Amino acid sequence: MLAIDVKDLRKQFKVQKNREGLSGALQDLFKRQYTEVAAVKDISFQIPQGEICGYIGENGAGKSTTIKMLTGILVPTSGHIKVNGYVPHKEREKFVNGIGVVFGQRSQLWWDIGVIESFQLLRKVYRVSEHDFRKRLDNLVERLDLGDLLNRPVRKLSLGQRMRCELVASLLHNPSILFLDEPTIGLDIVVKTAIRDFLKEMNKEHGTTILLTTHDLQDIEALCSRVIMLDDGKIIYDGGLDELKSKWSKGREVQFQFAHQTPLSKLKQLTDPLEVIWTLENEVTARMWLPYEVNVSDALARVVGGVEIRDIKIIETNTDEIVREIYQSSATGSSAGIASASVAATKEKTQP
Amino acid sequence: MRSAYIDFIRMRFLTMLAYRVNYYSGIVIYAINIGAYYFLWSAIYGDQDTLAGFSLAQMTTYIAVSWMARAFYFNNLDREIANEIRDGSVAIQFIRPYNYLLVKMMQGFGEGLFRLLLFMVPGLVIVCLLFPVSLPEDPQIWAIYLVMLFLSFLINSQINILTGLFAFYVENNEGMMRMKRTMVDLFSGVAVPIAFFPGWLEGIMQWLPFQAITYLPSSVFTGRTPQSEVLGLVLLQAVWIIILIVPIILIWRSARKRLFVQGG
Repeated sequence: MLAIDVKDLRKQFKVQKNREGLSGALQDLFKRQYTEVAAVKDISFQIPQGEICGYIGENGAGKSTTIKMLTGILVPTSGHIKVNGYVPHKEREKFVNGIGVVFGQRSQLWWDIGVIESFQLLRKVYRVSEHDFRKRLDNLVERLDLGDLLNRPVRKLSLGQRMRCELVASLLHNPSILFLDEPTIGLDIVVKTAIRDFLKEMNKEHGTTILLTTHDLQDIEALCSRVIMLDDGKIIYDGGLDELKSKWSKGREVQFQFAHQTPLSKLKQLTDPLEVIWTLENEVTARMWLPYEVNVSDALARVVGGVEIRDIKIIETNTDEIVREIYQSSATGSSAGIASASVAATKEKTQP
Repeated sequence: MRSAYIDFIRMRFLTMLAYRVNYYSGIVIYAINIGAYYFLWSAIYGDQDTLAGFSLAQMTTYIAVSWMARAFYFNNLDREIANEIRDGSVAIQFIRPYNYLLVKMMQGFGEGLFRLLLFMVPGLVIVCLLFPVSLPEDPQIWAIYLVMLFLSFLINSQINILTGLFAFYVENNEGMMRMKRTMVDLFSGVAVPIAFFPGWLEGIMQWLPFQAITYLPSSVFTGRTPQSEVLGLVLLQAVWIIILIVPIILIWRSARKRLFVQGG
């Protein structure tokens, strides 16, 4: 069964136009002008039960708007949504019993009261039996290591502590779908890892479907089998993470350290018929960029045969760079942009 | 689920208790207000026995009781709702299987209960010691008054919710909230009993919900309303509660479609 089924989903917002100057302000006072802005433009995707899916895109690409429609907060302008068998905004009260939501930038715990009081209140709101509540809470507290935090007021928790509490709060009613909107934003690596491990285990044990948006691609690499990439309200990629890498990364790089000073012209001459690009880092270090069409061993053999080499390092572009490439290329909108962006990106990354 | 709503009352009560220092100063401010009005009215009465059907003793009691009632029904639901709409945290409320406005109402009630017990009761004792206030002896009047006071709370909270929800339509409804506050204080009869208004204004007031917040309950409490008319006034309050539900539901429904979560 499908956990999430979205077809031609669209959300438009009316945005007020502020006219310039005093006369503009006066005009605005009597007659407002609005412009329609589409945040999500007719997207379709399906997520089967038990899948962890990453939802990525630049700021303002429409990720949060999508999540808000999927959770029933926003009413779509047009299109069809079915989540857990419900139309979220229509059967809201029944529907929300089956989902959990964490917004990294908004707290859903009650600020002034103790964490455990918040949990108790949620237990009553979701009508969870005392027995189930105890069992789940004990389990969650142990896994997320919250033991001594429970009696503190929420406002006195650190961000990492609060985030773990938010996760518990979203899971007390044992939802079958979990929506995470930037759950690891601003957290240190220890808490990030703890949260990732926890989510992974939960997915394995309970088969919880997870849809998460993030800017941290390590979240995606650690958790997701599938990625949906959004740009300007449209889906530009939907598929596995590995395919994403092979589809978008155009090549790899090899860094050489030579025994003696080696001029660029000599290196170019060595690899002459091959379409590689050389860049000199300093007198004895150089980088060779190879497109996928060029065989690595082929290129290496030519270089090794020609000069004396101290060290070789093969650098594979990681997801961060690939995604940056895609964002940048969609901004410039040309395929030439991708290749040059790739070189620039790899360079920046490995400089230190 | 019902127990969850009751829990919201309890929770707000506890929160208020945590910040109780704020409210000690409140008792003093209310006592000063009542004192100021008492001396003002004493001066206005001069040698006269009655004005607009109020004796000075009745007026003193009316002022004391009205201000104490205000402590109970007064809340900041309008501001809370407007803030939650403006900063976007209202979104969180939609992912919970409860009715947001009902939850707000419960929180307001928790606040009211706190003020009733820790503010109104001790305040009334202090006021009775300082000023010549005469409280009714008939327990029936006390009982009816408490019912009317609860209905006052409902009407005032509904007006607050309605004002707060306007934040969905305008970017800043601060002005509207201030206007509402002044209107409620003036037209409900806390500052001046409605009997003192000019005839035409008094006529208009009869068709507005404000008098049901303070003027009607206080009139019953001070014994100005004959027993036979009391039931009619309670019914009038109930009618206003029902009438005010309609715009709240309509605005809430249309607001859901307009909801625009600030800050993405």
